[in-house]
Amino acid sequence: MDFINAIVLLLNYIFVPALSYGSQLALGAIFVSLIYGILRFAYFTAGDLMSFGTMFTILFTWYFQSLGINLGVLPTALIAIPFGMTITILYVLIKDKLIFSYYRTKKSPPVMLAMVSIGTMFVTQAIVRIVIGPFDRRFFDGEKFILKANEFKEATGLNEGLTIKSTQVITLFVTITVVSILFWFLNKTKTGKSMRAYSDNEDLALLSGIDPKKVVMITWVIAAILATVGGTLYGLDKSFKPFTYFNNMLPIFAAAIVGGIGNPFGAFLGGYVIAFSEILLTYAYRKFFVYILPETMEPDSLLQLLSTDYKFAVSFSILVVVLLFRPSGIFKGKIL
Amino acid sequence: MPFFSGEKMTGGYGGADIISSCTINANRGEIVTILGPNGAGKSTAMKAMLGLLNLKSGKVFIDGRDISKLTPQDRVKEGISFVPQTRNVFTGLNVQENLEMGAFLREEHIEEIITEIYELFPILKEKKNQIVGELSGGQRQQVALGRALMTKPSVLMLDEPTAGVSPIVMDELFEHILKVKKKNVAIIMVEQNAKQALSIADRGYVLVTGENKFSGTGRELLNDPEVRRSFLGG
Repeated sequence: MDFINAIVLLLNYIFVPALSYGSQLALGAIFVSLIYGILRFAYFTAGDLMSFGTMFTILFTWYFQSLGINLGVLPTALIAIPFGMTITILYVLIKDKLIFSYYRTKKSPPVMLAMVSIGTMFVTQAIVRIVIGPFDRRFFDGEKFILKANEFKEATGLNEGLTIKSTQVITLFVTITVVSILFWFLNKTKTGKSMRAYSDNEDLALLSGIDPKKVVMITWVIAAILATVGGTLYGLDKSFKPFTYFNNMLPIFAAAIVGGIGNPFGAFLGGYVIAFSEILLTYAYRKFFVYILPETMEPDSLLQLLSTDYKFAVSFSILVVVLLFRPSGIFKGKIL
Repeated sequence: MPFFSGEKMTGGYGGADIISSCTINANRGEIVTILGPNGAGKSTAMKAMLGLLNLKSGKVFIDGRDISKLTPQDRVKEGISFVPQTRNVFTGLNVQENLEMGAFLREEHIEEIITEIYELFPILKEKKNQIVGELSGGQRQQVALGRALMTKPSVLMLDEPTAGVSPIVMDELFEHILKVKKKNVAIIMVEQNAKQALSIADRGYVLVTGENKFSGTGRELLNDPEVRRSFLGG
């Protein structure tokens, strides 16, 4: 019985949260990787683009709530996502037209484009703070839990409860759907294949008649879609605070690099690698050992390897270790 | 007038001219090879005909039309196909996808052309779902040839197709090139392996410092004592 309690404890505090956090990171990491593969620079605006998309989703959520529109048990934000997405798509396309295309036609080195993307990061941050402010906001409505701790305890007779939030299930469901569509698009459609070909060998792609403008445009559209979806899911699950989104850039980049930058499928898996490492290393295992060890050996301390304040150190260390020992990422295989 | 020709082409990549007043032409169903010492401007002459290089003077014609001002992409649409010396395949895509990308501008009949390519290069059919990066050098060159043939070109330009492959694979590749010739394609190739190239070529040009030095049929060049002494090693 104690053993089962220990397992439920880990499921509840590590597995379920890491799975949803990992999905949110994965969505971000995929588009960072895609931009790196096709536009060939590190897109530092990633975190703030996610906050931009989420902000507009929140504004539309409020608008729909004021009209009395809702989805019942599901959060209203789900209807608002397509609208937030549209505005984010327009935003990245205008940004590309006004800023990035200039450096692209000049054939600027990638590091210059990366610096430019830091500039657009500050602009995006400023827009978000002017429009919605820097505060912490919750915009979740609908049914909060799918499985409550008490219900689980009553049903199973265990001491430990398992909580499953509806946002966690929504996150997983939406991520699987979006990622499946994306990989179907990249692997099975002519446009998707041309994007992979462009990322693989730009000169030969041009010789084959692939239109670089179209490839670049579709890349931005996909980035905006993934940013809005990933950002909104993160905001629903936790809360929306622009600064947190900016901070999330580190785990997102770590995930993209762990997966082998330029390889979206690697980035997808990388999201989970980072999320699980962060949570596994910052979880306090005392209660777990209380369950599995005999009473005489009960630990006195929290048995926490790292304080949660240091969770970014985990992504950062992974980033450094991967870059030192496996710079092409931990997953072997094809690029894009 | 020849089917495809570059007339008195002069130009370089900015700075000094690499080719000067260089003339190369080819007819359909003919293999023409460009030979010469290192730095003679062989690849440059070919790139000029493809439009990868801005010419100071000289013109490029295909089928009587002046295409000197067209971009490389537009020349591809005119029926010119090019296989670069390096990075001539999409290594991360599988064989079939490589061929599909070759026919990117085509809307229909892609399946038929792919079947034709598979008949020409049977090994590719066997490996059609394999990632090209995992194939051997000779197989990759076949993918590169196949990709270039997907546009159903009337002119095929090959930049050192046998560079870095073993002699056996080289013979095999030349056989494939002869098969392509039978499809009534004009083939222009730059080659380091001069003797072998001349043995399958109908005609050859020898360039020295960007100018035409000798030209003639494969046999003429092979038997020319001066050409033999300077370029074929006696």
